[in-house]
Amino acid sequence: MGGGANRGGLARTGHSPAGGRASAVEVRGLVKHYGGTKALDGVDVTVREGTVLGVLGPNGAGKTTLVRCLATLILPDAGTATVAGHDVVRDARRLRRVIGLTGQYASVEERLSGWENLYMIGRLLDLSRPAARRRADEMLERFALTEAAKKPVTQYSGGMRRRLDLAASMVGEPDVLFLDEPTTGLDPRTRNEVWDEVERMVAEGMTVLLTTQYMEEAERLADELTVIDRGRVIAGGGVDELKAKVGGRTLRIRPSDPADLPLMARALRESGLDGIAGASAAPEEGQLYVPILADEQLTAVVGLLAAHGFGIAWIDTRLPSLDEVFLAITGERSAGSETLPEEAAV
Amino acid sequence: MSTSTSTSTTTSTGTSAGVTPGTAARTRPPAGGDSGRITPRAHLRHIGALVRRNALQIKQDPESMADAVLMPIIFTLLFTYVFGGAISGEGNQDKYVNYLVPGLMAMMGLSISMAVGTGINTDVNKGVMDRFRSMPIARSSILIAKIVVEVGRMTVAMVILLGMGFLLGLEIKTSVLELLAAMGLSLLFGASLMWIFILLGLALKTAQAVQGMAMLILLPLQFGSSIFAQPSTMPDWLKTFADHNPLSNLADASRALINGGELASSVWATLGWAAAITVVTAPLAIRAFQKKT
Repeated sequence: MGGGANRGGLARTGHSPAGGRASAVEVRGLVKHYGGTKALDGVDVTVREGTVLGVLGPNGAGKTTLVRCLATLILPDAGTATVAGHDVVRDARRLRRVIGLTGQYASVEERLSGWENLYMIGRLLDLSRPAARRRADEMLERFALTEAAKKPVTQYSGGMRRRLDLAASMVGEPDVLFLDEPTTGLDPRTRNEVWDEVERMVAEGMTVLLTTQYMEEAERLADELTVIDRGRVIAGGGVDELKAKVGGRTLRIRPSDPADLPLMARALRESGLDGIAGASAAPEEGQLYVPILADEQLTAVVGLLAAHGFGIAWIDTRLPSLDEVFLAITGERSAGSETLPEEAAV
Repeated sequence: MSTSTSTSTTTSTGTSAGVTPGTAARTRPPAGGDSGRITPRAHLRHIGALVRRNALQIKQDPESMADAVLMPIIFTLLFTYVFGGAISGEGNQDKYVNYLVPGLMAMMGLSISMAVGTGINTDVNKGVMDRFRSMPIARSSILIAKIVVEVGRMTVAMVILLGMGFLLGLEIKTSVLELLAAMGLSLLFGASLMWIFILLGLALKTAQAVQGMAMLILLPLQFGSSIFAQPSTMPDWLKTFADHNPLSNLADASRALINGGELASSVWATLGWAAAITVVTAPLAIRAFQKKT
């Protein structure tokens, strides 16, 4: 099954939405109960072929349940879901041939070496012995694990484990990859390594559904976002669209001379720069906050300040936190917030 | 303090749907027919890969073989020297060895198969189980691989048991062929028992609970049998229990195969038990496994 041929087949069987590209994942009205709680309460999700959908939500929003349904680990109670044209209930066997899964917890065998893990998966995917060996070597090299190939996974660092996990998901060259919070619990450097890997996979044409709690991760990797909370989709669309909705980034500027703060704020407010709604001075932090939506605005703001002759000591941008996103979308704090009593979810 | 948090995401949108993944050649083999059914040959291949996994786990953690290695040594020494004199008369320990060792062969089947319950219980909760379950393999292959490896461990235990037996004066009064048959019978019966312990391992929450429950089943079956002493020396109620205990059948069959004597009835009874246990509990265990995982 060549990649091209397969994708061609998909285009024939898949639905073609307005975007022109067939959808690799189609979820309609998916419901999953756990006892009395509705983990999924009628979720609709579409992932177009060759794109990355970020599913953003707090703990307990239903992200993992969604992935587990799509990866055929659990059966939905109602609704339909197809992956690469295969129904998660009726075509589970064929579906499993075209997906890769990297769970929230490293799904590799701890007591085996990295190589043995990948070889095992190759054999389970019906590769011949030589092919499975080759594939294991290839994957280890690609994920920079060749040196640790023979070491048991127990001796791996968190980042190495996660990379091995990704490698394991890639052994079968899946068409659709599910990443369930791929960087939760990783330090920033390792997180970046994982992101680089995911970007490479996507560049090779893979379709990815990624769940995350981090706005930054979603922004970096996803083409489109679906925000879910308490088992329901509460917002969706392109990353930029959603960013516009929640206010994009906040530019933080510290002037060389703190006395300039109010002057800078006024200059910006009166500038009439496109899209600069407001600028507020925070004298306690000695910083100026400017909400921006695009890189050009950042440049414009800096240019304007320079034209006025203000000295800038420090500058950075900050993405809204998940909590701020929720606040902007729903006007209330997310269900995952500890401040919210559970009853409020009903 | 970077200003470039908005790395563009055009890398993905730029690729067309027809792009072949960058790895030189797709090594993914053709899917198994239209229905995605798993052929018997693929099933065997999957079991092989999973057996290798379990075997490598043992290699990484040799301590997990302690039960299979130490139990036969300790039990032969303990029973031969502590109880042997009492049971067969002072100085008659040699004679007891020929009674005990075939019985212990039966016991190994039970004790080693017990371990599969705790093994499955911990396995089910591992992340790697999610990976297996998201792959196009039959879930039963995971259980069958486990059983194959446990039968291997049982074989090790039995070889050590026989070695100890020979050291303590065990005599094979029949032939090697019958000795092998006795081993085979114990392994077969042990394998059938594993389905029960798998079921137990899946039904209970923790490995400790499984261990405790298994001991509760194990002890009366073990001692209320002909393994250590003749049921004819037991009170009536216990004799009745021991006579109907499948472990007694197995111990008697092993004894007959090693010491000679009438064996047809005990061998058939053992085979019957093994078949019945497997037929009843294997489907239940596989279903429980599918549900649980």
